[in-house]
Amino acid sequence: MKPEDKQTLIVATCLCLVCSVLVSTAAVVLRPAQQIQKRQDIQKNILNVAGLYDESRSIASQFKVVEPVLIELAGKRPRIDDPSEEGIDLKTYDPKKAAKKEHDSVAVTPAGALPQIARREIYTIAYEVRKEDESLDQVILPIYGKGLWSTLYGFIAVDADGQTIRGITFYQHGETPGLGGEVDNPGWKKVWSQNKKIFAAADLENATLDNLPIPSIQVAKGQVFPETAQAEHKVNGLSGATITSNGVTSLVRYWLGPDAFGTYLHQLRTERAATTPTSSAAEGENNG
Amino acid sequence: MAEPTTKDVLLDPVIKSNPIALQILGICSALAVTTKLETALAMSVAVILVTGLSGAAVSSIRHYIPNSIRIIVQMTIIATLVILVDEFLKAYFFGVSKQMSVFVGLIITNCIVMGRAEAYAMKNGPAMSFFDGVGNGLGYSFILIVVASFREFFGKGELLGHPVMGPDGYFASGYQSNGLMLLPPSAFFLIGLIIWAIRCFDKEQVNAS
Repeated sequence: MKPEDKQTLIVATCLCLVCSVLVSTAAVVLRPAQQIQKRQDIQKNILNVAGLYDESRSIASQFKVVEPVLIELAGKRPRIDDPSEEGIDLKTYDPKKAAKKEHDSVAVTPAGALPQIARREIYTIAYEVRKEDESLDQVILPIYGKGLWSTLYGFIAVDADGQTIRGITFYQHGETPGLGGEVDNPGWKKVWSQNKKIFAAADLENATLDNLPIPSIQVAKGQVFPETAQAEHKVNGLSGATITSNGVTSLVRYWLGPDAFGTYLHQLRTERAATTPTSSAAEGENNG
Repeated sequence: MAEPTTKDVLLDPVIKSNPIALQILGICSALAVTTKLETALAMSVAVILVTGLSGAAVSSIRHYIPNSIRIIVQMTIIATLVILVDEFLKAYFFGVSKQMSVFVGLIITNCIVMGRAEAYAMKNGPAMSFFDGVGNGLGYSFILIVVASFREFFGKGELLGHPVMGPDGYFASGYQSNGLMLLPPSAFFLIGLIIWAIRCFDKEQVNAS
């Protein structure tokens, strides 16, 4: 071996050692801080979609009114009161990981309802927001699906009536800025919180656990005006982003539909009808 | 030519030999992270750190680097620094790091960083190389910040995420937002205009034809 080669080897080995030690130390030392940030980011998104986020207060203190609950998607009794019975710890359970595991996931039905996604998790975590008097205010449901380039991950907030949408947000996506990326546009997100209804009223009347309605909510083509037919089920389309708009329609319909959160929303509606039949009607008038 | 002073090394790359405007390096990331001023600022700090530190690191071991593997050695050092910056951002500036996504990692492939390591740090002392790196980082940042200010202002009516002129921005007064400003091509136009402006003042930069 020539002396230069020897030096080359020594330099290369030392450099690799030093660099790998630096990188791995940073990764190990910073991991706890990164995980806290990740959790806070998700909590912030949940508060945001619930319309509760206040920049001046700490996220942890605001998150106290939000209670995570385990939901069996499409389950007959969707809300699991004791997650440990299913061997799940709410603090560590990750629905995204579960969706990738064979035995923690099931096929999306009907096939193609969630375009390009074949399997979904069996259990997921929803968030129940309570009012000061402990009655349920709204629920925050995780949603995801394909747009044009990427999978959009987000949350949708639904009123305790199981019918009115309170807001939507996507916290992770890779759509084109200015086109599909306009799903982040505050103006567009605001439209979702303007008293949009998930289901057609006629569909709801005959709804039972075995005969759940298909959501009517959709991202329409073009602008939606109050006089537009079925305006209460329609949200403005994103101009120049038909595929992202259609993707959002599919994913919202799927997640609020019978194969996913449909049974949970049905439970909310029956619970509300059972507890406050009169006051809910009065409240409906006030909102209108 | 007289020995350049620290000040020259630090400030020349900002206008006189700007890495983007004169050398047309690092354009890719300049298109990607300039839709908002906030990400542009974060990217600027990251690049200044990486160019500065990689210059110093490469320079301090330049006598030991075998010629045959010098490019790989430079890459390894740069990549290590970029990963450190990326991990740090994820831990303390999560929102910003999420918006910049892969582009932090892509600082590794930013031609400015390697260009300075190869062209300057391999021939000069660690202190000067550090300042040269920081200077070039500043030059890159200058363009980034100018471009991002224009794009965010005309594309969204905001600066640093705060609406300019009233809660709904100046769009409330009837001005239409310019969607093109949010798309990558607008950065090309803006950088082109900046290069034109700089060369109007500094005739030395005009290519002899």
